Amino acid sequence: MIINKETITQLAAVQKRLDGRKLHDYRQPLLIETDISWTAEGSARVQIGETVVMAGVKLSLEKPYNDTPDEGGIMINVELLPLSSPDYEPGPPSIKAVELARVVDRGIREAQAIDLKKLCITPGEKAWFVTIDIMSINDAGNLFDAAGLASLAALKSAHFPVVDEKTGAIDYKQKTEKSLPLRKEPLPVTIYKINNSLLVDPTREEEETAQARLTVASDAKGSISAMQKGGEEPLSIEEVSSIIDLAIEKSAFLRQILTKSLQ
Amino acid sequence: MSIVVNERDIVIPGEALAEGLDFLPGDNTYRENEKIYSKVLGLVSIAGRVLKITPLSGPYIFKPGDKIIGEVIDILMSGWRIKTGTAYTAMLSMQDASSRFIRKDEDLSRILAVGDYVVVKVTKVTSQNLIDVTMKEPGLHKVNGGRIIKINSQKVPRVIGKKGSMISLIKAHTNCDITVGQNGLIWLRGTPEGEQLAAEAIKIIEQKSHQEGLTEKMEQFLVSRTGKKIENYMPEESSE
Amino acid sequence: MVYKQRLDGRKDDELRPMEAKAGVIPNADGSASFKIGKTWAIAAVYGPRELYPRFLQDPQKGVLRCHYGMMPFSGSGERIRPGNSRRAQEIAMVMTKSLEPVVDLSSFPNAVVDVFVDLPQTDAGTRCAAISAASIALADAGIPMKDMICSVAVGKVDTKIVADLTYKEEQIHEFNPESHDATVADIPVAMIHNTKELTLLQLDGDITKEGLLQALELAKGATEKIYQLQKKALKEKFLMGEKQL
Repeated sequence: MIINKETITQLAAVQKRLDGRKLHDYRQPLLIETDISWTAEGSARVQIGETVVMAGVKLSLEKPYNDTPDEGGIMINVELLPLSSPDYEPGPPSIKAVELARVVDRGIREAQAIDLKKLCITPGEKAWFVTIDIMSINDAGNLFDAAGLASLAALKSAHFPVVDEKTGAIDYKQKTEKSLPLRKEPLPVTIYKINNSLLVDPTREEEETAQARLTVASDAKGSISAMQKGGEEPLSIEEVSSIIDLAIEKSAFLRQILTKSLQ
Repeated sequence: MSIVVNERDIVIPGEALAEGLDFLPGDNTYRENEKIYSKVLGLVSIAGRVLKITPLSGPYIFKPGDKIIGEVIDILMSGWRIKTGTAYTAMLSMQDASSRFIRKDEDLSRILAVGDYVVVKVTKVTSQNLIDVTMKEPGLHKVNGGRIIKINSQKVPRVIGKKGSMISLIKAHTNCDITVGQNGLIWLRGTPEGEQLAAEAIKIIEQKSHQEGLTEKMEQFLVSRTGKKIENYMPEESSE
Repeated sequence: MVYKQRLDGRKDDELRPMEAKAGVIPNADGSASFKIGKTWAIAAVYGPRELYPRFLQDPQKGVLRCHYGMMPFSGSGERIRPGNSRRAQEIAMVMTKSLEPVVDLSSFPNAVVDVFVDLPQTDAGTRCAAISAASIALADAGIPMKDMICSVAVGKVDTKIVADLTYKEEQIHEFNPESHDATVADIPVAMIHNTKELTLLQLDGDITKEGLLQALELAKGATEKIYQLQKKALKEKFLMGEKQL
């Protein structure tokens, strides 16, 4: 709604938001629940305000890629379900879904969050491949952070299925005690710029109003593993610097909630 | 030969309301095999021998005379197409847009542009839900500033309240201008804090619309948030 | 008879533990969550809304359109490739047909009511869970309906007529070696609650006519249990305690 976008823009200049939040506050409730799907090797449901996403991890045994014969692999897919918003339609993934999947993917892949070498069983022949499917259930804004959080939570909750030693077949109905070899916990945080103010956790209307956004995936040490700039307008280097500080701070905040939720 | 529900009971589609021919099926009900059933999720309302159901949710049904809020989505040769938040768009023709004369060769986008929101009145509804609206009466205009929120249109009567009591209560405690469209779009304009409190109050009414004594509860809520009680919030002559 | 005791210890007419909620997706006009055993369906209704492309429009009434999707991680085996499989298309079609007889869209010419059902986890009976969830979601959306549609599978395992088969019962040979000769029939049904008329009837397996009629008789009681849960879910949405006020 144009009226609301104009008001959002005006309010941002005086550090206010349409829903009364501070610029750097996440919506409540902020909930992370794991093991929501018995058929997935790992799964999670994340709720930020009215936004809900689910993520599920499936593991499979495949032949490693030729250029990395001693490594397993990872793939991330996002489905913007038409169930989750009147704006989404059935059909092949939209560019929005593709971007979301790739940004979450790079955050995890480039941080080497999963030790892919440990996924290898027989070099050149057999290794575990990890697929994370992220489903939007109710898109009320900020799918980026929700998707990143759900992916990491699902990875952390995952357990390898039982493999028949003789046949090599996977028995998906039985899980072992063994978790995935995780080395780091990168979380993407997306910062939005509206009328020269920086804010986190946007609603759908705020997303549509924003002139620019920058996703920054960072780990517990503050190392950055992936970034993605979006939106119509450019960002100055000074702005990028402020955004990174804010994103690292919020990534730590989200990681703390994740740790607490998994206890 | 009896009624099997009570006034204000919540019933679901297909739920039996009465047996026998002593009662008559009213709005949102139907009779089959000497029984009357509900056709929607809603509240039972008994008026003499007539049983009807007030829906708790569902689409807005256009009625001539209704004030609605919509968005200009297209400009045509002789008017504007208005999005109404339903399955149907409405037509605002040139002669219904303004009391002043609009020349045929005028640039209509200078009067109303795509993306503008308008408060309009439904003048005509056909069987195929072709809708005509007008903006030529007092209280009908283009929307400027503030914010628009959306609620289920079935909750609009509760948001307005008896003789406008609920909406007057909210206006008085939040100092907002509030225009309620029958299609469930509501325009609020005041301070950011006032607008936000009004939006919150309206969302609560939407959720609790089936409860009784809602005006009193809402007054308690608003007083607790603003810290001041307003005795005479009803306008001298209620307009809603 | 070899199959004496059901694998999970249920009585013949007993359904798996169920849970239903209405209004779980704020963006939707109506929504529901329906769990039966380890099968979980989430339904959202959008509409009546404009229908495009235009040639799909019906000037006499609104069109009901169902969509069914298993989430990629919801199968008990390998990951399921996303996208509309032939199976998903067929289920979406039979869902639409099973709900259409009670849904009245005569006041909404040229419009569409979309029902989307997605399943985060499954263990048999997915189309029935999807239909039961969709029926709650349509009622929650305030769509005029003559009645509720209640759906569950009935069938036969060996000589036993049972309700709500699990995956293990459908594949009894694999899980109960003594039953290697046993025949199984899985019969997903949907019933109009008041009239007990069938709006979904499919069958996979091997059963006599007598067995089938027995199973359909059992379905009356089984769908009644679904109905009671649907009713409770819809009423609970409005009767829940006062939180904000």
